[in-house]
Amino acid sequence: MIAQVIAANPRRRRLAQRIAFTLLTISTLSAFLALGAILYTMLANGASALSWEFLSQFPRKMMTEGGIYPALVGSFYLTAGAVIVALPFAMASAIWLSEYSRGGLWVRVIRVGVNSLAGVPSIVFGLLGLAFFVKVLGFGVSVLSGALTLALLILPILIRASEEALQAVPMNFREGALALGASKWHAVRTVVLPSAIPGILTGLVLGVSRAIGETAPIMFTAAAFYMTRLPEALSDKVMALPYHIFVMATESPNYWRTRDLQFGAALVLLGMVLVMNLGAVTWRARVRRRKQW
Amino acid sequence: MRRRQQEARLGFLEGAPLDLRPTRATGVRGVATRIKERWDRPVFFGVSSISLVALGLILFFIFREAAPVLGEIGLANFFSARWSPTGSPPSYGALPMLTGSAMVTLAALLVSIPLGFGAAAFIAEVAPRWMKDVAKSVLELLAGVPSVVYGFFGLMIVAPALQAGLGLATGRTALTAAVILGIMALPTIASLAEDALTAVPDSYREASMALGATRWQTIRDVTFPAAFSGLIGASILGMGRAVGETMAVLMVAGNAPQITASLLKPVRTLTGTIALEMAETPFGSSHYHALFGLGVILLVIALITNGLAEWFRGRLARKHGR
Repeated sequence: MIAQVIAANPRRRRLAQRIAFTLLTISTLSAFLALGAILYTMLANGASALSWEFLSQFPRKMMTEGGIYPALVGSFYLTAGAVIVALPFAMASAIWLSEYSRGGLWVRVIRVGVNSLAGVPSIVFGLLGLAFFVKVLGFGVSVLSGALTLALLILPILIRASEEALQAVPMNFREGALALGASKWHAVRTVVLPSAIPGILTGLVLGVSRAIGETAPIMFTAAAFYMTRLPEALSDKVMALPYHIFVMATESPNYWRTRDLQFGAALVLLGMVLVMNLGAVTWRARVRRRKQW
Repeated sequence: MRRRQQEARLGFLEGAPLDLRPTRATGVRGVATRIKERWDRPVFFGVSSISLVALGLILFFIFREAAPVLGEIGLANFFSARWSPTGSPPSYGALPMLTGSAMVTLAALLVSIPLGFGAAAFIAEVAPRWMKDVAKSVLELLAGVPSVVYGFFGLMIVAPALQAGLGLATGRTALTAAVILGIMALPTIASLAEDALTAVPDSYREASMALGATRWQTIRDVTFPAAFSGLIGASILGMGRAVGETMAVLMVAGNAPQITASLLKPVRTLTGTIALEMAETPFGSSHYHALFGLGVILLVIALITNGLAEWFRGRLARKHGR
């Protein structure tokens, strides 16, 4: 390799570097371009459909007019339910991994479990939800089944984010609390957890944005094509925004007449998810800069 | 000296009232208090197994519901080339979906691996600080776009464009799915590859530059080879994600269960078939079990790719002493 380096003509080497760096820049720009194209398409075609009525009304006339209100509310129910179920387990799991575990086989086994769970395709979560929550536990196709399925899906995301946040808290915070005579749990509760809250919240927002956009896990566990009222109980079916976009674009008999409504719904979903992600990412960066422990 | 410092530090405790002293150390509290104070470790230990419980549930139920594939359907039928669950006799051949998934995924990786590695090299080795942060945020946002939005974008924009551009009968083809999947896998591959490149110690780069290599020669001949196993891990994980992707592929792949070598024809994937047919399938029918059979294939692929990716990434970490 040294011979190569020396042998090469300096001008050619510089040219090669310039070409290569240009290609690397283009690869990076392709990601910008993809995001820009998606965002632009949705804004250009969907903005005209947006209005207060679009957000606050039920679909009308075989879903060819009206709004997405029940789908929005349904997505909110499903996501909130998933978070309420998953968050306590995820926090406890993260607290054990970060604060109590002393390494060893069990920790490795759990990490493998968390990573594997994160890699399971979302449609397989849907199958589990159907076989277990809908059938075996008898919850039926309902808000409850859908929320539980989504809870399993976001569990690994929440565990990883919370653990990372806890581990970012400096060791001397814990030592200080223990030196004052606090028990382990007292130290975790009053010192470590409060310091980790921003990081945990960031992870929570990312988990919510993932849950709100998922379609495959709720297709056979919760989602309804069309409903004339909001769900009134946990055992009711529910409309959900991503599923609504899917059926409007592919399965609805009038799909060519509702182009604007479809773009509008996709814009609303994309907007919510991107705002949450952007908020979480920038907030995390700010907290990291500010808190140089 | 050290001893004296220690005594000086603890000296204030001498003669202090008992309950000011650290309770664990002196052990003056009763058994009841001790139980009250020590519930935490076993409880957190128990709850920490929740992800294993979830994984166990998935394995158990997917395999249990797929078991009749071995009996009432038969492996010969399941791995045949014809998928026609409503035909008479019904045929549950998974081969068209296996080839469909493989084709779409491999074609997608042809897009996303070069772009992903390029973006990773740019972020890790070339870009100035501020550019790095912006590019990483963009990747994160791209990863956050819901798959139904990708599918919708593919259906409305990419499919018509390809149909017009290539003069096809339909825009919903394996190629369309591959393009969309390629964009979707890009952020996964790019950010993991960037991790791998960042894990290579700076001393490697410094040594290479000291020998007179340019930055590009250093990236090509030193950093990339040193990060090789991490890059492989990133690609495998990207592949696993692409195989398991459902909604986007369902919306743009065309969903014709056929075995074809042409990227310009509609194909059907494993995930697409489950999504398409499960809702209308009677519970407990052969068709239902066959769809869970497809789920088993997906689950096994996911677990294997995940395990392999972890192993490759771990190898990189071990090599560079992290």
